[in-house]
Amino acid sequence: MKRTKLLFFFCCIISVAQAQETFPVNGIHDYRQGYVAFTHATIIKDSKTTLKDATLIIKEGKIIAVGNNLAVPKDAASIDCKGKYIYPSFIDLISDYGITTATQPAQRRGYTVQPVSDTKGAYGWNQAIRPETDAYKVYAVNNEKAKDMRSIGFGVVLSHLQDGIARGTGTLVTLSDEKENFNMLKEKAAAFYSFSKGSSTQDYPTSLMGAVALLRQTYLDAAWYKNLKPEDREKSTSEGTNLSLQAWNDNQSLPQIFDAGEKWNVLRAAKIAGEFGVQYIIKGGGNEYQRMAEMKATKANFILPLNFPKAIDVEDPNATSLVALGVMKHWEMAPLEPGMFDKAGLNFTLTASGTAPGEFLDNLRKAIDNGLSESKALDALTKTPATLIGAYDKIGSIEAGKLADFIITTGPVFDEKTVFLQNWILGKKFIITDKGWNDYRGNYKLTIKQNNNNRQYDVAVEGRPDKLSATIKPAGDTTKTDIKLSIINNSVNLRWSAKADSSKNNFLAGIINNNAWNGSGYDAYGNTVAWNMVASSPYIEKPDTAKPKKKKDLIDTSVLYPFVGYGFTTMPKQEDVLIKNATVWTNEADGILQNTDVLIKGGKIAAVGKNLSAAGAKQIDATGMYLSPGIIDEHSHIAATGGINECSQSVTAEVRVGDVIDPEDIQIYRQLSDGVTSSHILHGSCNTIGGQTQLIKLRWGKDAEEMKFENWDGFIKFALGENVKRSYSPTNSRFPNTRMGVEQVLTDAFIRAEDYEKQGAGKRKDLELDALVEILNAKRFITCHSYVQSEINMLMHVADSFHFKVNTFTHILEGYKVADKLKAHGAYASTFSDWWAYKAEVQDAIPYNAALMTDVGLTVAINSDDAEMARHLNQEAAKTIKYGGITPEQAFKMCTLNPAIMLHVADRVGSIKVGKDADLVLWNDNPLSVYATAQKTFVDGIEYYDRQRDSTMRIYIANERNRLIQKMLTAKKEGAKTQPATRTFDQINECEEDRVGAMVGGF
Amino acid sequence: MKNIFTILSLTIIIKVTAQSNVLPAPAQTQAIALMHATIHIGNGQVIEDGTIVFAKGKITGVGKSADVSDAKIIDCTGKQIYPGFILSDSQIGLNEIGAIRSEHDEYELGELNPGVHSLVAYNTDSKIINTVRSNGVLLANIVPDGGIISGTSSVMQLDGWNWEDAAYQKDNGIHFRMPSLMPGRRSADAADILKKAYDQIDEVRTFFREAKAYLAEPAHTVTNIKFEAVNGLFNKTQIFFVHCEMVNEMMIAIEFAKEFGFKTVIVGGTEANKITGYLKQNNIGVILNQMHTLPIMQDDDVDTYAKLPYQLQQAGVLYCINDFDEMNRGRNLMFNAGVAVGFGLTREQAVQAITLNAAKILGIDNKTGSLEAGKDANIIVSDGDVLDAKSSNIGYAFIQGRQINLDNKQKQLYERYKTKYGISK
Repeated sequence: MKRTKLLFFFCCIISVAQAQETFPVNGIHDYRQGYVAFTHATIIKDSKTTLKDATLIIKEGKIIAVGNNLAVPKDAASIDCKGKYIYPSFIDLISDYGITTATQPAQRRGYTVQPVSDTKGAYGWNQAIRPETDAYKVYAVNNEKAKDMRSIGFGVVLSHLQDGIARGTGTLVTLSDEKENFNMLKEKAAAFYSFSKGSSTQDYPTSLMGAVALLRQTYLDAAWYKNLKPEDREKSTSEGTNLSLQAWNDNQSLPQIFDAGEKWNVLRAAKIAGEFGVQYIIKGGGNEYQRMAEMKATKANFILPLNFPKAIDVEDPNATSLVALGVMKHWEMAPLEPGMFDKAGLNFTLTASGTAPGEFLDNLRKAIDNGLSESKALDALTKTPATLIGAYDKIGSIEAGKLADFIITTGPVFDEKTVFLQNWILGKKFIITDKGWNDYRGNYKLTIKQNNNNRQYDVAVEGRPDKLSATIKPAGDTTKTDIKLSIINNSVNLRWSAKADSSKNNFLAGIINNNAWNGSGYDAYGNTVAWNMVASSPYIEKPDTAKPKKKKDLIDTSVLYPFVGYGFTTMPKQEDVLIKNATVWTNEADGILQNTDVLIKGGKIAAVGKNLSAAGAKQIDATGMYLSPGIIDEHSHIAATGGINECSQSVTAEVRVGDVIDPEDIQIYRQLSDGVTSSHILHGSCNTIGGQTQLIKLRWGKDAEEMKFENWDGFIKFALGENVKRSYSPTNSRFPNTRMGVEQVLTDAFIRAEDYEKQGAGKRKDLELDALVEILNAKRFITCHSYVQSEINMLMHVADSFHFKVNTFTHILEGYKVADKLKAHGAYASTFSDWWAYKAEVQDAIPYNAALMTDVGLTVAINSDDAEMARHLNQEAAKTIKYGGITPEQAFKMCTLNPAIMLHVADRVGSIKVGKDADLVLWNDNPLSVYATAQKTFVDGIEYYDRQRDSTMRIYIANERNRLIQKMLTAKKEGAKTQPATRTFDQINECEEDRVGAMVGGF
Repeated sequence: MKNIFTILSLTIIIKVTAQSNVLPAPAQTQAIALMHATIHIGNGQVIEDGTIVFAKGKITGVGKSADVSDAKIIDCTGKQIYPGFILSDSQIGLNEIGAIRSEHDEYELGELNPGVHSLVAYNTDSKIINTVRSNGVLLANIVPDGGIISGTSSVMQLDGWNWEDAAYQKDNGIHFRMPSLMPGRRSADAADILKKAYDQIDEVRTFFREAKAYLAEPAHTVTNIKFEAVNGLFNKTQIFFVHCEMVNEMMIAIEFAKEFGFKTVIVGGTEANKITGYLKQNNIGVILNQMHTLPIMQDDDVDTYAKLPYQLQQAGVLYCINDFDEMNRGRNLMFNAGVAVGFGLTREQAVQAITLNAAKILGIDNKTGSLEAGKDANIIVSDGDVLDAKSSNIGYAFIQGRQINLDNKQKQLYERYKTKYGISK
């Protein structure tokens, strides 16, 4: 009786404990100090310190003492917490609690243009850069949401407006329902960033590479702005006041949190951090475990979500066949992520964002079952987040002087059976459940008195302390009947159906006083009864019959490189290989060598000759086979993510395809299977000066940085004609609209670049103009999408007037009309073999183009611009034999040596010559033949494709799919929630994909 | 295959200038004998050092030797002779420039348009036609697009003054483009889209049921030309072409074939290898649209498409290979067949896949598709192996015995600029 009464009393005290000095009170002042002692509790101060039978004393919202054998002050209320556990409340660094969420703008239709921000005020040019946003200014208590978070143990969140690329500052607040004034622990606790432009209606950026460029440019702009003298700033030709840059600079002193949301984006964020000397706390997306080595190398602190996917409903085999193995495997492996981070020794916190309130604790326990240590789990929810945002002096553990933020549970916090009872925030109690504080489980003797007639029953109360179940049987009987039992505080109701007639019920109501239950009621016949119930024997927990937990060290954490069906379980290694007795297409003066051996050593071609031998080298008998240099695609859009075009402006020289390489694109593997070893990944063709390109080697399984061709001259994509005019849209309001305008865009850009270069020290570093200056100085080279002769001539004139050369004209279907001029200019030509008639500007395309240009003396390549066509560039090159009578050797160079020459890497690849990279293909037939299939493809001497291995991979995929489908079926049967089987899409980039408007027809 | 030309708006008038001197050939007046060639009959047989003779547009003899009396003799020593190739699904003559709306005549509005005939819009002066036939393609099944029942196709021979004399097999079949049962990339709600697809399929089923009832009526008070238009399907004079890819779609196509007794062909058939038993059992032919296609799913075999012909060949399913490519418009048909050789077909099977098999599937094998006496003299002569680009070069082509002009706009532009640069080769 005493305890429950106290509790009730205390609840009233607390609800009025806080009042602000400056605020008037309507009524009588009622000041209370919230002085409470929690006794006999198991107190987990932090992951390292647990006190048994300890006391916690709080006052005025703070912890004033914690320890064993503390005397309870006379003026403190005392709560007996025998059997209870007390933990520091959890902290979530990612939240939008109490912040009004921005609404996403309606998609604009057609090609209207919004070049600058429409945010009112003295802010920056880009609407997605909003560092001036301060969550603390708009934060308002939202008790409904707070309650959800409190119920899963959280006491403090770092809340920010999740909108934009620079999102401004987050505010550290408690989840109490008290006035905002008390909850706000730090007005500005961190600055937030992402790659998503959110509600910005502005065009720029339309792509991920644009977002990266915008972030980089903003770092530069802010640094420039900081050093700008006020008198310079005031000039009408300068910046004026820029509150966005000012806020950006102010925010730099705060912890910087980057919401990357996905493993490759984690690496992109880390790269930016490295470039600008900042340290991000990076929020992942749950798939980071697939690249642990890279994650570790970032040296970042992480915030991990527990957004484990639901099992896929695999009942329909047709639908299931559209789900990729990587997706299924992620379902199985996602719960391993926190444990893998733990084992790898990475510093991380956990966030509830991305999980439904009901899911969080389940998934946390799942993570613990899958290798996450309990102590790390607790750290990740308390000490680590507190430390990362510099608030460990206030929160994150139970220590004197810290805020009275803690949870009271029935048992160890991560135990499945544990009930979260109360969450105390700033010394105020929030009841999560009032069931379970008292453990009523046990066996009782029930006596029901009707008149003078006593009937005896045995009652058993079982289940979880907060979800009790009960049964009754007359004493001496064996047949049990279920009781409907309800306990609110200490008032109890019991109801059960009569044995003789199940439609009739007995009703009892009463009070529980210590362990004595008594009251009155009605029996099944409506007679008034009195009753009492006393404990007869204690509750004995039944042994857990659930499956024994997996031993943690047996969990299989092996992943695929990359994480798709055709990924490697172990990466192929570089080894010395001796290819014997092949027909070798050298692309060198030697031409085609019969019965020749090629030795690969250390990733390079070490020897070419007859009867070679090499101790220790792996020998391949290539009798009857053909060895050639790997295919090089001058114009490709594979292996890039987040949009291949930055369409928002006509000049976007600052964006870099190298920032968005997607090493997991299945097209990489498919193209390896067809002998492609290097691809020049270009920005699309939707604007005149597109982005910087990236030459990659198809090192399947490696990460984005490792795929890049080392020490390569930088290139940039230009485009002319219909795509940049947006010819296939009913409306276009982006300049230019004509080929005349294209010329002006180019001239204007290079004039600006020249002027920029002349500016002295202290100029604002402009990434766009830097790239253009590189072109002027022959440090960066153009490959220009072009079709008709007029525009080709025009660009050469522009280039001549600025004294630079156009390195390559790509597509250039009317190149044959101006081949002499191209030769005079010194340009290379990269074209399609036989495409035509798909748009107005290709009506005069002829398949003799490559041959004619070759005959005039140009170096000509055959390119793909298409993930499919890249798979048979050798066959495309062979068409120049048919159309124009090119020799076979010359034809084959068009997809190997010639692109290498135009990409300035002919010293490394493109022919079989001692010292060059061992990027080689072993064919079963003449490499120009339609019948030839690649048997092995080497990059750097590493066998990334092997026909034999491919067939074992297919078996692996089939088996692994089947294993996972069966596992998901079992999971569903066992009651796991499922999600429908939906098709997994591979991203296929199209050159002209224009995300501002829609797809533009034509290539 | 690209299918990106969905947003079309500008209208550009294309001037007919070049190649106006490429004239349709007059009817064959004198017998012609092609001698000493390797003759690929189209049915798998090869005759080395053979002779083929044709007169009045028909093949009169083929073999190691043949009666060459009165024939103009062409020595084809070292050459390869094949039946003219057949594009089994094409839009040349209907769609000249992909990205220009006014250049499109294949998309009609509305969902059920069985009566729309491709041949009446077929432009014999298309620049594309000459580039295709100069590669050995002599016949093409011209197929309307759009809607669900897109209309009626006709097989055209690629050398005519107008569509009337180009028509080779008028109104050979009706095309049902089955709504996809595979969720698309932009499907916000896959379930709704699937439901809609099933509903549309059911509408087609209902349409045919009602058409069947209508056609059984002895007399009509109100004439319904849509119902009239499908009569040929019920009396089996027309072929029911069902454009679909996935197993569940093909199973529905087979179910239609059974219910209505239609002669049925599947166009597409990406997953045909998974149901070869059903296809064979129900005599369903398959047009494989494009060997150069990426697999649908990332877990699919990298050579999913390339090996499909071999799989169907092994299973005994009637199939043919097509080249439906919007970027080069069918002129690589023989290279598509060549690709399949790399993945198991024999060369003669590959030739058959673009000749006799295509003729069978289009219902014209009684008059073409193979080099057999009595059939039309649709013949090509190549310098070398026609399936492989490095040797594929057509020297002569005959359609119904007429020796056709192999010049085209592109060759003329080539000559023009060779002249400019003084290149002679």
